[in-house]
Amino acid sequence: MRKKFIVGAFDDEKVLFPAVKNVRKAGYKIHDVYTPFPIHGLDHALGLRETSLHTMGFIYGITGTSIALGGMSWIFTTDWPLNIGGKPHFPLPAFIPITFELTVLLSAVGMVWTFCWLCKMMPGVKKHHFNLRSTDDLMVMVIECTSKTNETEVQSFLHNNGAFDINVQEAEDGWWFGRYDREQKLYKTEEVGY
Amino acid sequence: MDNQYTVSAGYKKWSTLFMAIGLITLILGFIFLNPFAGANGENLNSTRFWAVMMQNCMFWLFLVNIATFFIVISILAMSGWQTSFRRVTEALSSAVPIIGVITFVVMLCVIFGQRGDIYPWTDPGIVKNSKALQGKSGFLNPTFYIIASIICIGFWSLVSIKLRAFSKEADQMGTMDYATGKKWFNRNTIWASFYIIMFGLTVGSIIPWLWIMSMEPLWFSTMFSWYTFGSTFVSGIALITIFVIYFKNQGQLEFVTQEHLQDLGKYMFAFSIFWTYLWFEQFLLIWYGNLPEETIYFKIRLQGPYEGLFYLNIILNFVCPILIFMKKATKRNYTIVTFMCILILFGHWIDFYIMVMPGTVKFHPHLSWFEFGIPIGFLGLIMWRVGRFASTTPMTAMNDPFLKESVVHHT
Repeated sequence: MRKKFIVGAFDDEKVLFPAVKNVRKAGYKIHDVYTPFPIHGLDHALGLRETSLHTMGFIYGITGTSIALGGMSWIFTTDWPLNIGGKPHFPLPAFIPITFELTVLLSAVGMVWTFCWLCKMMPGVKKHHFNLRSTDDLMVMVIECTSKTNETEVQSFLHNNGAFDINVQEAEDGWWFGRYDREQKLYKTEEVGY
Repeated sequence: MDNQYTVSAGYKKWSTLFMAIGLITLILGFIFLNPFAGANGENLNSTRFWAVMMQNCMFWLFLVNIATFFIVISILAMSGWQTSFRRVTEALSSAVPIIGVITFVVMLCVIFGQRGDIYPWTDPGIVKNSKALQGKSGFLNPTFYIIASIICIGFWSLVSIKLRAFSKEADQMGTMDYATGKKWFNRNTIWASFYIIMFGLTVGSIIPWLWIMSMEPLWFSTMFSWYTFGSTFVSGIALITIFVIYFKNQGQLEFVTQEHLQDLGKYMFAFSIFWTYLWFEQFLLIWYGNLPEETIYFKIRLQGPYEGLFYLNIILNFVCPILIFMKKATKRNYTIVTFMCILILFGHWIDFYIMVMPGTVKFHPHLSWFEFGIPIGFLGLIMWRVGRFASTTPMTAMNDPFLKESVVHHT
């Protein structure tokens, strides 16, 4: 869905944090803040809810544990019992390393994919970049407009709170299939004359 | 100091009471358990007395020594987050010399009493008939034991005293500028480096072999020292956390927040798993190899009178921490963290119990007044030392160069 956004850039955390606070207090809806590096405490300042990633990690881990233990015990006791070095058919200590490995594998791989899903990042999936310098050195705050938003007022509000490069963009807020290099010019090319 | 913390009357009462319980238990032990009756293991009570003394001395000495270790790794890793409760770890490390001396006295009694029931290699009669022990006599002999113990206890005490002196010195120095702070920190780093090398050579390798593993000198495991270290480290952090929470409740440690609590919880969570890893690795290799001289160690623990404690050990030290500490919310909850600290401390005390007892009192373990009275006495001793330190030193290291990092700490 295409929406209208007001974008402002910051170059200092010390300016960003009070700005986030003021914008929230003024009642504007912050779409997101894009930063080039993780900033401690920004999630609290934005009032984001706890991520569900770790819950999913636990579920994947438990799945791995059950698959490993269930699978091995079924194979070695029921399906195809083998005498291995005179050990019992259900040698629990010998199963533990494999159970551990499968738990770690499933939770790690599962969490990576879940993380991609939550961030809407996948190979071949495209998201709109509000300000390309958010991957380099600027923190970019994006405010979502509603039908009642007064754009000039928001822009001057952002300006008063220390933002620069303020502009209004109309963009898709979700993701779509595509490639960056085909649809967006990522860097400036200059003709070099001989 | 104008706002110097004074230890509350309740704390003093409890620490004195605990020490009194320990002392009375010790005296009753001297009266009823005949500690000097005989060293050949025929008098069970006598063996039980020294086994319990050894277990608790070593457990609590390792535990308070972990406080020094925690300071040292923080210095070497330049970790600033722990500065806000640095004084609590220092307070705990101030118990190292006194518990070290007690441990050393107990060890001297065991060695010079030639107690073959505790350390079979001290008894010439046993060594004479055992080819394996004769082969090991280069390592397992009283002279080496005593010299190694003196060196390591002395060094642990010396470094803990030195690091505490540096920290107190910083209180007098006022706010440090960059050059002074760097110089001060460099001196800390030098002593911490000495300590970490020494720690690797003592707790990391020979000391648990010499002190604990040699109670069953025919059995051996190279992993034993790290396993002991894992056990003491996680319970040492638990002890630190309990005191941090206590002083926080007393209105001290103004900069400690839930962020620090969560990191301490993470430490306990991570090192519970580390302990389990080493414990299980030791067990798995012996189980798989199935060599009689190695499996004998687990025979008595798994299929003897220690079976219940053996499984309790895993439940307390692995299942409970991993399930309860997994969530962020529990690591930030003061009540749950306190409960878990007590659980972990008890769990690793049990761990030490089944390290020591099967080799000494063998098939007749007791878990009654003497076994519980002595650790309570040690706990009182530690509380007394911490209280003494806390009432003479400001509880926040105000001039530590890393304090700001700790104040703004965010997990």
